[in-house]
Amino acid sequence: MAETSRASEPSRLREGLRAYLLISAMWIRSLMAYRVSFAMTAFGNFAVTAFDFAAILLMFSQVDRLGGYSLSEIAFLYGVSCTAFGFADLAMGSMDRLGRRVRDGTLDTLLVRPAPVIAQVAADRFGLHRIGRLTQGSLVLVYALVAADVDWTPLKAAMVPLMLLCGAAIFAALFVAGGAFQFLAQDAAEVQNAFTYGGTTLLQYPPTVFAKDLVRGVTFILPLAFVNWLPALYVLGRPYPLDLPEWVAFTPPAVAAACLGLAGLVWRSGLRSYRSTGS
Amino acid sequence: MAETAGPENLIVLDGVEKVFDVRKKTGFLRRERRQVRAVDGISFTVPRGEMVGYIGPNGAGKSTTIKMLTGILTPSGGRLRVAGIDPSRERTRLARRIGVVFGQRTTLWWDLPLIDSYRLMHRMYRIPDARFRENLDRCVELLELGALLDVPVRQLSLGQRMRGDIAAALLHDPEVLYLDEPTIGLDVVSKAKVRGFLRDLNAESGTTVLLTTHDLTDIEQLCRRVMVIDHGRLMYDGALAGLHEVGESERTLVVDLERELPPIDAGSARVVRVEGPRQWLAFPAAESAAPLVARIAAEYPLADLSVREPDIEAVIAKMYAEKTNS
Repeated sequence: MAETSRASEPSRLREGLRAYLLISAMWIRSLMAYRVSFAMTAFGNFAVTAFDFAAILLMFSQVDRLGGYSLSEIAFLYGVSCTAFGFADLAMGSMDRLGRRVRDGTLDTLLVRPAPVIAQVAADRFGLHRIGRLTQGSLVLVYALVAADVDWTPLKAAMVPLMLLCGAAIFAALFVAGGAFQFLAQDAAEVQNAFTYGGTTLLQYPPTVFAKDLVRGVTFILPLAFVNWLPALYVLGRPYPLDLPEWVAFTPPAVAAACLGLAGLVWRSGLRSYRSTGS
Repeated sequence: MAETAGPENLIVLDGVEKVFDVRKKTGFLRRERRQVRAVDGISFTVPRGEMVGYIGPNGAGKSTTIKMLTGILTPSGGRLRVAGIDPSRERTRLARRIGVVFGQRTTLWWDLPLIDSYRLMHRMYRIPDARFRENLDRCVELLELGALLDVPVRQLSLGQRMRGDIAAALLHDPEVLYLDEPTIGLDVVSKAKVRGFLRDLNAESGTTVLLTTHDLTDIEQLCRRVMVIDHGRLMYDGALAGLHEVGESERTLVVDLERELPPIDAGSARVVRVEGPRQWLAFPAAESAAPLVARIAAEYPLADLSVREPDIEAVIAKMYAEKTNS
């Protein structure tokens, strides 16, 4: 759209970020009017996600290894996946409400405001309670970093924040693409959730427990393997799935950038089709 | 900006079209594609400071036009400018210069107190503090919002919410205000408040207003100019009074005679109904009633009389019917 070519990209990004912060700050303020209710939903979010890890602990009460991995190693995979997803969910989790806005026509009210629509949709009903999942994921990650038997090198240490950043970006791209899909199929919020929430659950287990085809799928088609499996296996010193070379451990930044770029294009075409059909 | 149509014409449409591809299921997995011309070559201009009514039946293309004028929808053809800006290409830049009120959807934040929505507008539109304060105070006073500012929007009545929406659309001093069904579903008192405010706004601030409505009283009370659209085409553009001539409408003279008499014979007027001593005579709306009254008074024993204006709604319904038949 010419709209984007006239205003330079950086200024659009700044405008979007500004609108995002303004709107989310407003939601946080309104949330804080009901502190008890907020504390309870945040704790609920924490508890529900903690069940995932409780299930893993339960398994380890029966076995010593899962797919050849120890508890602390799985905790590492789990912590990275859950924390990266937690960031993305906190920032972009509201994208799945887009379909409803398209259905009831309220998307139009966002289109007449002087801010990028994507920022307005992402910040809509900003859910600070999602911080519960983030907290839970980080606690497991801290445990894993302390307990895991890793020969730490500066490079391996640097991989941890890099994984979180790139993982969050990959999941965020998934949220955006899923939102864009709802321009076409307005009741597809659950399809989106299958990929986002389903994806993070998948990544909590080592690739060795899954069928090869599934691992191939999340490596080459929907690149979730780059969130934690490939880089984390490098940190843990584990063999790679699918006989991939070692250097793929360092590709997450490129993969994340590609995902974001692709998601941006998908979003743009989704919005363009909405603006030509207005359905 | 170079192609601005001058300061006079704030809104310019030249052969604007909007064609939708509609897919219809005609069987299992089989779909038929059909093109619907929602807006089919519309041209008009609106000078700065004018208040224009845009009317037509459901599905006539009113909302589609408004959506193109706000940049929500991209036109399929033709040329469209608002304040010199091509809306679909520079939607966010245009957004700072227009205000939009959708009667059936609120732009306010549903779960938050009204004032929070206004504070957000303040920052999002980068309205200077003094200006914001001034505009807000004025809207609060004229739209009687004082007691509502701390109430969550979802708890407001439809009329209150509509007033809240109108205020929200005006805080950034827009040059054009689009109102899509601003009085829909409102009670008589709320309608009167909204109309009064819009009239003052247009008179005092010179804000250009384009409103779509089903309620012709809105038009009668607010707009000197009216545009009628049907099947995506502009059927009439002019003064409200002129609609009568186009619609070949008739006024009615109700005559009370002193006693029962056979139908009155009075030139171009024809008797449409007789009930005892009372008779109803129809005559072209464009004609003066004076000679007719003089003639009847001279020839018949007259007790009383009154003139009834044509029902504008009937006039428009007749226009649609004629268009459809032809």
